[in-house]
Amino acid sequence: MDHNTQHRSRLPLRARVATTVGGAAATVSRLAGKGDGSVIGGIIGLRLAPDLLSLLAAGRQVVLVTGTNGKTTTTKLITAALAPLGGEIASNIYGANMEAGLTSALSRAPDARVAVLETDEKYIPAMVKATQPAVVVLLNLSRDQMDRAAEIWLLARRWREALGGVPDCRVVANADDPLVAWAAGSARQVTWVAAGQRWREDSWCCPDCGAHLQRAGDEWSCKECGLRRPPVSWMLYDNDVIDPAGQATPLDLALPGRANRSNAVIALAVAEAFGVHLAPALAELRQVTSVAGRYTQVTRRGTDIRLLLAKNPAGWLEALDVIAPPPATVLLSVNAQGPDGRDTSWLWDVDFRRLRGRNVLVGGERKLDLAVRLEADEVAFTLVNDIDEAVDAARAAGPNLEVLANYTAFQQYRVALGRVQ
Amino acid sequence: MSSSYPAFPPEGRPGRHRQDQQRSPALRLVWVYPDLLSTYGDRGNALVLERRARLRGLPVEIIEVNSDQPVPRDGDIYLMGGGEDLPQTLATRRLLADGGLRAAADRGAVVFAVCAGYQMLGTEFGGSDDAPVQGLGLLDIRSGRGERRAVGEIVADVEPELNVGRLTGFENHQGVTRLGGGARPLARTALGTGNGDGTEGAYAGRVLGTYLHGPALVRNPGLADLLLHWAAGPLPPLPPQAEELAGRLREERLAAAIPA
Repeated sequence: MDHNTQHRSRLPLRARVATTVGGAAATVSRLAGKGDGSVIGGIIGLRLAPDLLSLLAAGRQVVLVTGTNGKTTTTKLITAALAPLGGEIASNIYGANMEAGLTSALSRAPDARVAVLETDEKYIPAMVKATQPAVVVLLNLSRDQMDRAAEIWLLARRWREALGGVPDCRVVANADDPLVAWAAGSARQVTWVAAGQRWREDSWCCPDCGAHLQRAGDEWSCKECGLRRPPVSWMLYDNDVIDPAGQATPLDLALPGRANRSNAVIALAVAEAFGVHLAPALAELRQVTSVAGRYTQVTRRGTDIRLLLAKNPAGWLEALDVIAPPPATVLLSVNAQGPDGRDTSWLWDVDFRRLRGRNVLVGGERKLDLAVRLEADEVAFTLVNDIDEAVDAARAAGPNLEVLANYTAFQQYRVALGRVQ
Repeated sequence: MSSSYPAFPPEGRPGRHRQDQQRSPALRLVWVYPDLLSTYGDRGNALVLERRARLRGLPVEIIEVNSDQPVPRDGDIYLMGGGEDLPQTLATRRLLADGGLRAAADRGAVVFAVCAGYQMLGTEFGGSDDAPVQGLGLLDIRSGRGERRAVGEIVADVEPELNVGRLTGFENHQGVTRLGGGARPLARTALGTGNGDGTEGAYAGRVLGTYLHGPALVRNPGLADLLLHWAAGPLPPLPPQAEELAGRLREERLAAAIPA
């Protein structure tokens, strides 16, 4: 009897049938080249047993990871940090982060005692209810694809209501983001992490009463209602993680950028909640070099290309911090398909002035939106139609091309460069 | 083929540096409550107005006024952005108590408001539970909540007397707005929802509002120039290369929204 059969036999018959049929559909979908199959398998399974996710989650320790930015990377980092526990960990590594994706991830790993699941922000209330998680991770909350995403004050309120209803759940939350801190404030048990907040345009006002927040460095407080940044037990400080004992340890990650150091500190705090010590957890984090094609380096006709994905103003702000200094060429690329959000207004929330004087290329299906934006910031640029034109235009400046793209623009380059991992 | 665009205007051109601006008093752009009313790219309107004024040698000062600060009464153009229901209600209460915006509008300052800011200009709008909230009363309009959210491209033909080209933008709201006798519709919708009755936006005197959200002036430089004209008088035309990219973007979006 294999492990699959063993675990399935503990599930009710309905759930067993649903996971078997769903799994078969996922296999067919993969074989047909229609993606990784994680969504179709979950959808079919859920149609047969609407409570399938609850049944599959029962008896496991589930970690839900949510926030506007860094979900996929942090899910991968937490999964890595928990490796010292031994045994399989269920995870939706392909970023399918709604109910069907979570269901599929659990049904594909029936013996995993621990599951680390990236969860779409809107689905947190329903997924908290369905999975009764041991840990919920709240990274950050900022404006994102507003043609289809919920408004963020509303989202924070829904998180707050959901987390108030699960007293056994531990919340690991970024204390530096006032909306996140307010949302987590209803939870019984919170591990507060000073994970930083580079983007502040969505949190100048108190999420509880709306008064303008007082800010000094990372501290924030409301003089009207008294809401303030909670005392933290973990902190990111430059390249160091400060643990609850006050000990500083250099992170020295392979992944670039402040945002990923922030994600790593969160992952270490989650690992601690599972009894995994900092040293072994950190050793695992340092092994992570790319996440679903992000940060991947490839060479094309002698030019070293690095792909960075960012989907919204907060993400672009962090990504612009990461790109290599001159003489590296920068290719910015924006699409506005459904998964990107059909509205490009957010480009006006990003400050591009730091690109003045650099060799800047502009691509993507909405390159003219980006061009007008750069013109207003007095940044010179060259319009390009594809990655090969970009490589040609970069070569004169030097051997490095940094590509910063939003979701479908990123996927198009990834495909053009040979589905890089 | 790739095509290159140098920064325009080139470094050192007049009208670009602060020291050049001391020759005449700066045009004062007051951005009202960016801490509460800045949902998606609203900064774009300030940047477009600033650029188009500076290219004509008009110095510009952008004043960002947070919701815990008094609104200056001596501004030339006041900008109000979008916001969620709760911030919209809070911002309205504070502006009513502050009185600065009303005083400025009464002495003829230009007010340009988008989305939630547009609704706030009226006598009443629907709050978070759709209970009516008293507005600023700067425009004779009333807004409430519609059945469905209007999300997508919007195209509308502007009232001919304003002499502004077709509007192109993005709307994302659930508001329905009715105009009273004291306000005129800004435009008639060719695509999209706008006010919900075939009209879009409203204006009276130098107070103008629209459901085109966020950086509405980016694709509508004619509307930006109307506001600048109201504030600073007749304007010289811009050199063609300063208009090229915005013109191409405008054509592209109009063609995508309403295929020929």
